[in-house]
Amino acid sequence: MDTDAIQHINLKIFVADAGGFELADAIPVFHQWIRDSVCPEMLIDVADYGHVAAGPGVLLIGHEANYSLDNRENRLGLLYNRKAPLDGTFQTRLGQAYRAAIEACDRLEGKLKFDRNALEVFINDRLLAPNTDETWQALRPELEKFFSGFTIQRHGEPRDLFRVAVSAKV
Amino acid sequence: MKSSNSQWKAELGERVPDHLAAELDVFEHEIALKKQGKIEDRVFAETRLRRGAYGQRYDNGQRSDGKTTRTLNYPSANTKGPNTLWDAPGMQRIKIPFGGLNATQLEMLADLCEEYSDGIAHITTRQDVQLHFIHIEDTPALMRRLASVGITTREACGNSVRNVTACPIAGVCREQTFDVTPYAKAIAYFMLGHPDAQSFGRKFKIAFSGCKENACALVRLHDFGAIAVTREQDGKTRRGFELWVGGGLGPVPQQARLYDEFVPEEEILPLAQAVGRVFARLGEKKNRNTARLKFLVSKLGIEEFKKLVAAEREILPYDSRWTDYLKDVPHYAEEPLKPPSLLQIGAVHPEGFDKWYATNVYRQRQQGYATVTVALPLGDITATQLRDVADLARKYVKETIRSTVEQNLVLRWVSESDLPALYSELKRADLAAPVAGTIVDVASCPGTDTCKLGIASSRGLAGELRMRLAAKNAELDEAIGSLRIKISGCFNSCGQHHVADLGFYGVSRNKNGYTVPHFQVLLGGEWTNNAGAYGLAIGAVPSKRIPETVDRITGRYRAERLTGETFQTFIKRIGKVECKKMIDEFTAVPTHEEDASFYSDWGDPREFTLGDIGVGECAGEVVFPIDFALVACEREVFEAQLQLDGGNIDKAALMAYESMLHGAQALLKFKFLIAPEDPEKIVEDFRTQFYDTEIFFDPFVRGKFAQDFFKAHESAGIARTIETAHQLIEEAQLFIEACYSCYARMTAVPAKVTA
Repeated sequence: MDTDAIQHINLKIFVADAGGFELADAIPVFHQWIRDSVCPEMLIDVADYGHVAAGPGVLLIGHEANYSLDNRENRLGLLYNRKAPLDGTFQTRLGQAYRAAIEACDRLEGKLKFDRNALEVFINDRLLAPNTDETWQALRPELEKFFSGFTIQRHGEPRDLFRVAVSAKV
Repeated sequence: MKSSNSQWKAELGERVPDHLAAELDVFEHEIALKKQGKIEDRVFAETRLRRGAYGQRYDNGQRSDGKTTRTLNYPSANTKGPNTLWDAPGMQRIKIPFGGLNATQLEMLADLCEEYSDGIAHITTRQDVQLHFIHIEDTPALMRRLASVGITTREACGNSVRNVTACPIAGVCREQTFDVTPYAKAIAYFMLGHPDAQSFGRKFKIAFSGCKENACALVRLHDFGAIAVTREQDGKTRRGFELWVGGGLGPVPQQARLYDEFVPEEEILPLAQAVGRVFARLGEKKNRNTARLKFLVSKLGIEEFKKLVAAEREILPYDSRWTDYLKDVPHYAEEPLKPPSLLQIGAVHPEGFDKWYATNVYRQRQQGYATVTVALPLGDITATQLRDVADLARKYVKETIRSTVEQNLVLRWVSESDLPALYSELKRADLAAPVAGTIVDVASCPGTDTCKLGIASSRGLAGELRMRLAAKNAELDEAIGSLRIKISGCFNSCGQHHVADLGFYGVSRNKNGYTVPHFQVLLGGEWTNNAGAYGLAIGAVPSKRIPETVDRITGRYRAERLTGETFQTFIKRIGKVECKKMIDEFTAVPTHEEDASFYSDWGDPREFTLGDIGVGECAGEVVFPIDFALVACEREVFEAQLQLDGGNIDKAALMAYESMLHGAQALLKFKFLIAPEDPEKIVEDFRTQFYDTEIFFDPFVRGKFAQDFFKAHESAGIARTIETAHQLIEEAQLFIEACYSCYARMTAVPAKVTA
């Protein structure tokens, strides 16, 4: 598997303390982000799925990427979903997704408290990266290189997107 | 845009049937040609629409952020239709004939909504599935993946035969005459891509129902609606259909007309083809607003229409497909996974089971089996939940799943003793809300969330009502609990508000110099009897006051209904004047300073706008005479409805026409301070000043409402039937709405555009 051909890296950083901040509170925040053009991506609209249990939450839809306050599996977190392909290597793309997610968390910090040592990485493309042992074997060194010093665990069933949990070593 | 798009064709290989693969190759080629500028916008737009790839809000590259209108700087200047930018996200509609789905298809939908959309699949009011925020260049790969599990998106949109709908409990229904599923399936694939269905001026919708009384298929709001009936002939029971034609909702709702009390089963496909030919040949092509079959049937009259169809049927070249499928119909049956069993009475069931059983479980005609409704909030389901339902459909039934027009899913053939276990598993997946078929289960079109035509936030309101009603679900008595609420974001009626007990559709009002989101309230629509009656508008209420309005109406029904009295009967008994009084106290709008929340919509903090219109320059407390005049026009329309209810058809028609005349006069007075009194002169001046200049034109239906006014003027004084008077009242209501919109556009300062 050519890891440098892999695109559409998603990264979710979990919320440590929501402090009373609810999904609906993200709606005006994301509208403000559009108004102030705070992200490098072209931002388009806000989609609210707060009514769906354990769902995608509230999304800030962009052209190159979506940001969302995601609540899948009832675990709140900031999700960066890269849609547009990027040049470079897997490391370049993972770095871009990581920085974008961290910067989004920085913008929300104060309203929410994030645990920056608890995150997940997805590859949102089943053809490029099915959730198989082969993908895991290919990507593991790349992930360990980027998240040096962290514990990395593969998650999910074969139908899921390729997904790993990244956490600080205890 | 996915970098893997080009690889799916090879990856899927023979899993995509040849005929679908060939169609998708052509579509991919057309996309390439469009990128090279070799296909005209309007041609490509219809091409993609016929593959279900629809536009979405803001795809013209303009979006108001609540303060100013901004340009969305998409990378490509290319377009995918007139005024529709290439890179703007769009909606993909996926046809699900008769709502029939299997587990593998659910899993595919799960994958697609994760990879190409926003993680949500949306069930529509016509049993389709929609995915939003899709890039046009992702659609061929997405369609190939759907094709690999037996789903085509062909003709999901565009001027074509749309998804064929049918009762989700067809075949297991206790009241059905017979199972309509094989007929719905046969007609869906017979008409798909049929040469006689390629030249319509507008869409064509087909529905099948197993009985007359229930609502499941809403036959009477369809272009071609068939109800299962049988007839004894020569000592044999023959199957056939009571056929209804020319129904439809939209701005001018019309109930279908009875075409024939008995169309033999072998005639249903050729008759659909013949109707299609007549529609293609004689239906309006230039003016989209009068291009649906209902207008042709009205124009010709049902008897003339029948003659033309019969003549067309006579000359149709024989097609073996008309009857080939019939040999399999007697053997058509879904199979259960497990043997029948009965639910143990008196056994201890999981917490919440009894309430869920009462609302979400339907005992099938086949003893020992039940159908379970999975109630989805606003028709939305996550990728994870789709896989959960797929797993349960394999574990408890033989993948017998259907989507419903109430935006839910059903699992058929559950062995009754499995119900508690199934309930527990659905609950773990957050899919066991005990609200199916209740007032909590609010249906809604996408509205301003994603639809280009949306005026107000139907989903925002639906979500709010659902949340409030769910909180008191346990306290609601059965009479209230079983009412239906349906909401559309505009007059186009995709939320089917006309057939709800309480229906709402989005409008706007100019108040205190701002545009304020409102909803028209419609009461007394009939959901049962296959959408037996349409509700009539009572008045417009600010969006933020709709929940109080619902409380007031349902509260009064609870307090004053007679024993066994239905909501429709109750509404008729108290009369429209009382209904209007109920909502009148909620029509006031506080000033922006007093309560700014009225000036934004549900779930959207931006200040409400219509398109790119911002805050009017006359902001403040100034009230123009036109404000009063348009309110008076609304009152006239309302009184016209009362006259019609009282059987005074001519008086009703006259009042409806006069309301239009006064609306036009009000606009003339607003523009020129003085206006003529003579109707001829009013029409002439209105035509010159507002129609010819296109000032009055709606952005989407253009001059339709003005044309309705001209038509009403030309036919003033001519005797009308109840039906045509009713239609005139509907047109008058929409004309007044258009006057409001025109007034709003005239008084607003065009928003500043920033890049």
